Amino acid sequence: MKTRLILALTALFSSSALAESQLNLTRGVTDISSRVYDLHMTIFYICCVIGVVVFGAMFWSMFVHRRSKGAKPATFHENVKVEIIWTIVPFLILIGMAIPATTTLIAMEDTSDADVTVQVTGSQWKWHYKYFDNDVEYFSLLATRQDQINNRLDKGENYLLEVDRPLVVPTGQKIRFLITSDDVIHSWWVPDFAVKKDANPGFINEAWTRIDEPGIYRGQCAELCGKDHGFMPVVVIAKEPAEYEQWIAAEEERQLKAKEEEQRLMSMEMSMDELMDLGESVYLGSCAACHQANGEGVPGVFPALKGSDMALNDIPAHIDVVVNGASGTAMQAFGNQLSLRELAAVITYERNAWGNDTGERVQAADVNEYMNQ
Amino acid sequence: MSTAGEAIQDHDHDHDHHDHKATGVTRWLFTTNHKDIGSLYLWFSFIMFLVGGAMAMVIRAELFQPGLQLVDPHFFNQMTTVHGLIMVFGAVMPAFTGLANWMIPMMIGAPDMALPRMNNWSFWILPFAFAILLGSLFMEGGGPAFGWTFYAPLSTTYSSDSTALFVFSVHIMGISSIMGAINVIVTIMNMRAPGMSYMKMPLFVWTWFITAFLLIAVMPVLAGAVTMVLTDKYFGTSFFDAAGGGDPVMFQHIFWFFGHPEVYIMILPSFGIISAIIPAFTRKPLFGYASMVYATAAIALLSFLVWAHHMFTTGMPVFAELFFMYCTMLIAVPTGVKIFNWVATMWRGSMTFETPMLFALAFVILFTIGGFSGLMLAITPVDFQYHDTYFVVAHFHYVLVTGAIFSIMAAAYYWLPKWTGHMYDETLAKWHFWLSIISVNVLFFPMHFAGLAGMPRRIPDYALQFADINQIVSIGGFAFGLTQLMFLWIVIKCCRGGEKALAKPWDGAEGLEWTVPSPAPYHTFETPPEIK
Amino acid sequence: MTEQKTQRPDNGRIVKRLLVTVVCMFAFGFALVPLYDVFCDITGFNGRTKNEQAAVAVGEIDKSRVVRVQFITRNNKGMPWDFGPEVKEVKVHPGETRVVNFLAHNRTPNNMVAQAIPSVAPGEAALYLNKTECFCFNQQPLQANSDTVMPMQFYLDPDIPEHITTLTLSYTLYDMTANATDDVLAQMSSAE
Repeated sequence: MKTRLILALTALFSSSALAESQLNLTRGVTDISSRVYDLHMTIFYICCVIGVVVFGAMFWSMFVHRRSKGAKPATFHENVKVEIIWTIVPFLILIGMAIPATTTLIAMEDTSDADVTVQVTGSQWKWHYKYFDNDVEYFSLLATRQDQINNRLDKGENYLLEVDRPLVVPTGQKIRFLITSDDVIHSWWVPDFAVKKDANPGFINEAWTRIDEPGIYRGQCAELCGKDHGFMPVVVIAKEPAEYEQWIAAEEERQLKAKEEEQRLMSMEMSMDELMDLGESVYLGSCAACHQANGEGVPGVFPALKGSDMALNDIPAHIDVVVNGASGTAMQAFGNQLSLRELAAVITYERNAWGNDTGERVQAADVNEYMNQ
Repeated sequence: MSTAGEAIQDHDHDHDHHDHKATGVTRWLFTTNHKDIGSLYLWFSFIMFLVGGAMAMVIRAELFQPGLQLVDPHFFNQMTTVHGLIMVFGAVMPAFTGLANWMIPMMIGAPDMALPRMNNWSFWILPFAFAILLGSLFMEGGGPAFGWTFYAPLSTTYSSDSTALFVFSVHIMGISSIMGAINVIVTIMNMRAPGMSYMKMPLFVWTWFITAFLLIAVMPVLAGAVTMVLTDKYFGTSFFDAAGGGDPVMFQHIFWFFGHPEVYIMILPSFGIISAIIPAFTRKPLFGYASMVYATAAIALLSFLVWAHHMFTTGMPVFAELFFMYCTMLIAVPTGVKIFNWVATMWRGSMTFETPMLFALAFVILFTIGGFSGLMLAITPVDFQYHDTYFVVAHFHYVLVTGAIFSIMAAAYYWLPKWTGHMYDETLAKWHFWLSIISVNVLFFPMHFAGLAGMPRRIPDYALQFADINQIVSIGGFAFGLTQLMFLWIVIKCCRGGEKALAKPWDGAEGLEWTVPSPAPYHTFETPPEIK
Repeated sequence: MTEQKTQRPDNGRIVKRLLVTVVCMFAFGFALVPLYDVFCDITGFNGRTKNEQAAVAVGEIDKSRVVRVQFITRNNKGMPWDFGPEVKEVKVHPGETRVVNFLAHNRTPNNMVAQAIPSVAPGEAALYLNKTECFCFNQQPLQANSDTVMPMQFYLDPDIPEHITTLTLSYTLYDMTANATDDVLAQMSSAE
């Protein structure tokens, strides 16, 4: 009854959008997720039946046994037999629920004999994926533009559920996730796989999946992890095994080339404009979440860069904190996350944006020299 | 005329009993009268309900549309955190303590609470606790933003400096609750009128008795948890920091060892209230009194064995997940017994539907819906999908808003004639009820769908497929929030005047509180009543 | 009135008992910390390996079985060292002792101290992973801009259940420079 009321209200407010809105748990794309879905529906229906019986008896009394209809109160007030019945019957129903729940749970926790192992690491506020069997690793950041979040641009179809570099996995193979965190607790969740596991700093957790269908699957961080908890989605692309093999080989090669390219760039000077352009995009992607797009930070939580002594004067300290982070604070070490070129650009940007006009350029070579001195 | 209640009080006090109450502010500051203190608690909790509600309005306004419109995410997190803390520790718990203060002595035929001075203290430290908590919102870096569950290390290494104030205020709240609980236990054990045996006590007294033991058992554990957070953050310990040999997941074990019994602390007194109201308006004795007492005790005991069902995704071994799943499912049995007993009480009664009864009936139905979603959440494999989504938000708002809060509303309407000596305005009250029940379901029911569709909780912005649901939820939220202002008006109106209330305004009501005049005199049962 | 008072137990006594309960429960909150550690050591609940040197393997080597032992590493936020295992995985027979080296490079201009925190998945396997020597037992100092090789010697208990065919040992590296123990500081200054 209540559902119908809600549906009617929904129809009132937006009749067209309802068709697209999902109102139930997804069946997902794995054997486990579909078992979970069936379990969910079974228990939901059992609850509905119990609800109909209990509420039915209640509404019957409310309509029939009312004083305005001349009902005279009975005086009975206990009956051991019924008490025993309505203790035993629910107990038996619960046993009926516990059996499929137990078998499903045991299947979900069996991580043995995996074909592919991926190390998933959460940090404020992005995911990092590292393939155990290949030299491939990368960060996966929210790709939705700040202008969409701030309502200056129309929101795209996958608003807040899109990343710059999704996790790519093969279909039909058992994929094992080793989940951990670099700072606070996060939770890696993809509803289509029925996988949700907390990422605990200093500890690893395991989960696994075997995806039937190629496709793009989206999820989100599910454990409050600070300011941008709502802005660290998970996107997984499942490809046919052959396609996956191609992709991972190409990616391995690309990452190797990028490292070589890095060395070559060392000898190149970048112009102020180039540095500022690249720096701005890196800043908005990696720094603005805390230090804000205007460089003013959040007083008491994230320090301002605009007008800060470090950004105006102390170049070595500036490089140090960006590359190595600041222990015990939310400032992470970007030395392993960004390329030398990006590091140089973002430091230059921070020293010249928002009226910080120092006019100083920091080059990839400077950062490299600092890192290997 | 003296009773054991004065044993701890000085004996001179006995002489100024007969309605020599002080006037003005000092009456309230120094009062040791259980009725005054009960009123203070109730008014305080209502103010906190409005403050916490205002924060909920901020949350719902931000979530009205996708995108960030009103507040930044950091402030949004402070709102969800402080909303939770205020509603749990500032609204629901003090409201129950207020009801306990007012009603327990009158229900057991005692002249006052056993420890009247401590009673005064346990109330008057509360406003300071909440002033500190609310004040921390104005600090540089903002107030607590780590959720009311303050999981480490978000609340330790990665929190702002307001954490110290948060810890301090939780300590004060804890001390207040513990003092209140001690008072309730001593009152019930020592101050019952002759002939008032334990199995003759009204269920509200019984449920509070058990609740008080839960409070004594778990509030100190909460105090321990916040203390560890404090020392981890400021004094270099590593209880929850892996680097120093600690474990952040252990925080959750300690927190939920407190947290789950706490959930029952917020619902057991409701069971007592409903068990008083339903028989009164069905004009038929409560069905299965003894089984109600045993079921309450069973729920309280089981509550110590289920804490980890809040933590299924933290990565426990299968045997632990199974253990906690089975124990959690087991709680459905005694809870079911209670529901069945209430329905059996209604069966073949002679029902009327005054406002207290309407709220009580709404409680039974909506709390049961919350119970169903709770049962679904207990099933570990499916909980992996529900955990930390709006499905959970819907679940605990059904048990806490349409459960605890609705029972408090029912209690207020039921006992207002006794407290004020006037009948409340039944027409307005019916409006309050119907607007509340419609808006509260528009507010919370669609949250189930949002959660099932995959919307995580505690996010300030969401993907587009959740937009419609959130819009409906927000509209329901604003409506429910505004409707509660009606309640304020109804209560004020009733305090100021209205139709004179009889000593027993509800013809089916039972209990000692209805044997004294309305409004209840400042001192009642100075001579213990005879219990048949 | 005195009659009534004598009939009833004294309030003070109940209050005292309740206060003692409150204090005990407060202490119990803290006692949960060691209790949790003991519980985890017995059951492998949180996947942490024993943080002490195990006795050298004397049992028989179970040649009939091979277990894959994988190594992964991670730096906690703000820890700038390069850190990783020399080999990604080894295949061992239960009972067989192996040494695996981990490489660390401190690329900062500061002398630093680190602590590696081990964790095993599946958690149950932690019970059967015995380390006879490990850099994770102590804090590890490292001079500015220098490298080190840190060995870890282990064997799997031959009682390891059949169903565990792969286990993963993870090390998370934490910057402990600010909380270094005295002997590590002494060690570092003597090395200079």
